[in-house]
Amino acid sequence: MDFILQPWAWFIGGPLIALSLLLYFYFGKNFGASTNFETLCTMAGAGKVSDYFKKDWKDRDFALMFVIGLIIGGFISANYLIPNQTIDLNPTTVKELTDLGFSNVGNQYFPDEIFSDEVVFSLKGFLILLISGLLIGFGTRYAGGCTSGHAITGLSSLQLPSLLAVIGFFIGGIIATWFLIPILF
Amino acid sequence: MKNIKFLLLGIFFAIVLSKVQAISWYRFYEMFTFKSFHMFGIIGGAVVLSVIIMQLFKSGKIKDINGNKIIPKPKKKGFISTIFGGTLFGLGWGISGACAAPVFVILGFKWLPALIILLGALLGAFLYGLVSKKLPN
Repeated sequence: MDFILQPWAWFIGGPLIALSLLLYFYFGKNFGASTNFETLCTMAGAGKVSDYFKKDWKDRDFALMFVIGLIIGGFISANYLIPNQTIDLNPTTVKELTDLGFSNVGNQYFPDEIFSDEVVFSLKGFLILLISGLLIGFGTRYAGGCTSGHAITGLSSLQLPSLLAVIGFFIGGIIATWFLIPILF
Repeated sequence: MKNIKFLLLGIFFAIVLSKVQAISWYRFYEMFTFKSFHMFGIIGGAVVLSVIIMQLFKSGKIKDINGNKIIPKPKKKGFISTIFGGTLFGLGWGISGACAAPVFVILGFKWLPALIILLGALLGAFLYGLVSKKLPN
């Protein structure tokens, strides 16, 4: 039980993620997560506006079950499996973020400066989350995949588009963390 | 319920991501600022092992549950779409610390901010659907 409640080392993550990919394919489906954004649009009736969404979402019932599992798994982890959310950060990260005005850096998974109720209910905080989401949804669909579909499935099956997409992920992530976060906070 | 196995796999995958901290905003911040090996170790390890798994699929040593050969879907090609689309995704990921699978996991931790990110993502996917034919590949 002690092992379950401790944070797991990085070298446990890779094999268990690869095992998830293996099982997903073994169950007969292509591993990925971001196509679900389209499926949820289709379920919400986007097919009435654009032919792009005129698909039978019931073909993706398996993926919706996976998504429901992700939410349940998140809930179980948050409430029962992680008594201590402290993150062992590089001291320079702590200093950098503290200088930007972040408080209690690394004391929990999600910083209050982006995720607290107070920030979420402010216009700036709300827009930061909504626009980030918009970029995630638009970008993953334009690129044809996300971390699961491109960085893991695509790279490991040696597909060139996935390498390009991952380079793009890092261009965007570097611009965001090196330039935009210091401007936004 | 033939899809119950996907539900269980989703629960398992979410617990793995949560326990190795691969849903934490700080972990992605440190990945993009190259301050920690943690995420590179996780993703790199997953990719290296998956390369081996893909070879086993390709050679037919591992078949799917119905005995069929496993062939990963080819990704759509296109230089602009992958690089530029990837960059847009990276911007959103770098700021919010959420990517496509973790956003659902984070709903179980911080439901309100995760829900706003998710609604944004659905809006983004919807906008993409509207303009997809007009965008360069």
